Amino acid sequence: MAIKKNIKKATKTTIKKAAAKAVTKLNTMRVFWCRPQLFFLCLVFTFTHISGAQSSDGKLIGTAGLNQIEGTGGGGIVPWATLAGYDSQEQISVNAFTTEVHLEDYRLNVLGVSASFYDRIEVSVVQHRFDLKTLGGEIKQNIYGLKYRLYGDVVYSTWPQVSIGLQHKKLHDGSIAAALGAINSSSGTDIYLAATKIHLGALFGFNTVWSVTARATKANQLGLLGFSGVNNDNYQIMAEASAAVLFSRHLAVGIEYRQKPDNLGLGEDDWLDVFISYIPNKDLSLTLAWAELGSIAGAEKQQGLYLSLNGQLW
Amino acid sequence: MDNFGDHMKNIILVCFTWIFLSACTSTQLSTYQQLGGQPKIAEIVDNFINEIEFDPVLYEFFKDSNIERFREKVSEHICMLTGGPCEYTGDEMEQVHTGMDISESEFNHTVDLFIIAMTKANVPHTVQNKVLAAIIHTRDEMIYL
Repeated sequence: MAIKKNIKKATKTTIKKAAAKAVTKLNTMRVFWCRPQLFFLCLVFTFTHISGAQSSDGKLIGTAGLNQIEGTGGGGIVPWATLAGYDSQEQISVNAFTTEVHLEDYRLNVLGVSASFYDRIEVSVVQHRFDLKTLGGEIKQNIYGLKYRLYGDVVYSTWPQVSIGLQHKKLHDGSIAAALGAINSSSGTDIYLAATKIHLGALFGFNTVWSVTARATKANQLGLLGFSGVNNDNYQIMAEASAAVLFSRHLAVGIEYRQKPDNLGLGEDDWLDVFISYIPNKDLSLTLAWAELGSIAGAEKQQGLYLSLNGQLW
Repeated sequence: MDNFGDHMKNIILVCFTWIFLSACTSTQLSTYQQLGGQPKIAEIVDNFINEIEFDPVLYEFFKDSNIERFREKVSEHICMLTGGPCEYTGDEMEQVHTGMDISESEFNHTVDLFIIAMTKANVPHTVQNKVLAAIIHTRDEMIYL
């Protein structure tokens, strides 16, 4: 009788252990699948399967660019004059994208969508989730972007394509921004003018692209740390630039620079990155970059990997 | 901060200089010669016509045209624009395309097909770009007319 009980007990514990194991496994899987990138990939595949041939294809492959960190069509950190998506003057395109930047003390998660209408107007919405890994806590902000193409075609016109745009940034909770001395800890708007040109066969036969942007801004670290501060309370004009070489129709390698104001007096540094973009087709692009973002909120030498996935849904 | 920033700035400076200088250096061979002359142009144009024939959008524009004349004139035009020893004897581009009302996306789609035609003729990526650079300025004489 006692033996039987013991066996029963032993079986029970084994089953319990196995069940616990399965639950842990399931949990890791859930964490894995909940990652926005994976969700996003599923979304893109589902959409491209549904919409199929309807998705816009009116531009040459590799000439639509990416969605930069604030959601605007551009490079990685710099807005360009190009509109995200492959729409031409008769088409509309919709893009979804996700970007992650892993730094020493922080992690930035970006999730967003953009739509371009007739290669003339672009609208975008993104959410930033800025994880304070060392300090603990999270800063959230939404950015609403609008861009208007003023002149030209990045490939075909003699002069560069020129666009004007704005990015309206809204912080969910400005307490950290306020604690660091931001004068405005709720919202702010950047205005920029960008010029972009692709030169066919310019570098030993490879296509090259360059872009320069002037941005009027009050934002501290993209707006995550609020707007204005003890050092400065006015709009300042910042210079930004990108240059890249397209080594094939599917591979681009480039560099970027973004000047930043130091409104808070915390030694905010200019940003730099080196990137490589893989563009398998007009519906998908994958970008990997090394970003050197300098001092952020007193934490020095913030650098790390930048990973971005971009999909054209329509 | 100074150290890593300086390092990146140097890299960026070198890259910009490289891009700038390369734009100034001129190659000895014309694009026509790098392409492989008339036989290669003929091959590309054959492939191009083949692509058009099987394309539902573009076929509409070509269904009533004289394909032999198109083949001859396009070859001449590419030869001339890439620096070859030919003279284009066809009609003005603007005159040919007026009334067709070719849209931007139709034009860009045609460029996509032309790139496929070059790829199928084993034209290297870098030479493809030079050919495109030489011929695409005709776009303004082709769309929305």
